[in-house]
Amino acid sequence: MATTWTQQTLNHLRRTRAWKSIFRRGPARTNRTRSLAIFGNIFLHVLPVKVREKSLRLRATYYLGSFSFFLFVVLTVTGVLLMFYYHPAVPEAYRDMKDLRFVVANGVFLRNLHRLAAQVMVAAVFWHMFHVFFRGGYKPPHEFNWVVGVGLLLVTLFLSYTGYLLPWDQLAFWAITVGTNIISYVPILGHPIRFLLLGGNIIGENALLRFYVLHCVILPLAAVILIAVHFWRIQKDGGLTVREDHERKG
Amino acid sequence: MSSSDTPSEKPGQQNPEAEAEVTRRDFLNEIAAAALGVAGLGATVVTIKYLSPNVLFEPPTQFRAGSPDDFPVNSVTFIRDQEVYVVRTLAGFYAVSAVCTHLGCITQWKPEDDQIECPCHGSKFTREGTKIAGPAPRPLPHFALRLTADGQLLVDKLETVKETQVLKV
Repeated sequence: MATTWTQQTLNHLRRTRAWKSIFRRGPARTNRTRSLAIFGNIFLHVLPVKVREKSLRLRATYYLGSFSFFLFVVLTVTGVLLMFYYHPAVPEAYRDMKDLRFVVANGVFLRNLHRLAAQVMVAAVFWHMFHVFFRGGYKPPHEFNWVVGVGLLLVTLFLSYTGYLLPWDQLAFWAITVGTNIISYVPILGHPIRFLLLGGNIIGENALLRFYVLHCVILPLAAVILIAVHFWRIQKDGGLTVREDHERKG
Repeated sequence: MSSSDTPSEKPGQQNPEAEAEVTRRDFLNEIAAAALGVAGLGATVVTIKYLSPNVLFEPPTQFRAGSPDDFPVNSVTFIRDQEVYVVRTLAGFYAVSAVCTHLGCITQWKPEDDQIECPCHGSKFTREGTKIAGPAPRPLPHFALRLTADGQLLVDKLETVKETQVLKV
């Protein structure tokens, strides 16, 4: 079979010293080298080397977990881009949000992509959870990964909630007023938690800055760590749940 | 204690004297773990302290509502900036919080219905702050009301008083 130009170039590249120093392996043509391709890559090594064909069928997962992760990546990229124009301060926050909508080139696209992807992500994570629940995906040996998933659901909701305040408009202000007052109904610790979260007694500059730090640093870090454990666990627990009768039917 | 009459003892367990012997390594490990624990606890306490601000730049909780003559008898006046109602009855003056006790929305005085209504979840109160309807768990609190030396009404939002307390001018 004649090799194409791209294959020739790739083969040539693979023989160079630089390529070998980075990848330390030949082309993935055998099962061993295919496994090495996964093991030897920091981004892929949490993923399973082999998957069952059944677990790749659309109805097995609807790819809801992958879809949630894809949305997380979209939100990270658009969020970082929004940070270039946003000051977490009063009154700049509201003006920056308006600037992003009406002045900055493609700002309205990025802002709406971030906003809508966030709403879709909450729905996707819930849908993923229901799907796993009704398929029995939480059963042994997946119990711990279910718990990690519940953690990820909470992180998603907290990310959504902290991001809610950042536009600093009326909707944001009253949503956080109501939400933080719900927190203060927690017995004994309610008011101290609300005080710590807001950095004061009212929703002011301190609260905006705290929600910004939570939204942009602490919660995304927590999400990344939990996502890594979640993906790694799928591999360690022997791949995705595939129903027996699905397996038999082929 | 003999091992024969203690059935709870697991088989294969070493005799208690050998177990009680603590090696230097175990001792140092435990000391180190305890030190790390104390340091971790201290760091947590210090961080929580750090995160609670000592000085707050928030609106003052004491304010002058104006001269008593500004308020007609039998009236409810909403002071927007401070989120407080100043009520004058035949008996005198009192100040009622305008912040709903349910989830912190700002209520509105509806003179046509002679009641205070919350737009968020539909709580309703009388002008005395007593709940008539809705999810609010408590009546609206009354704030301390005094007269300053120059004869102005002074409201202190940090000090709540009984509903029966009325300032006579």
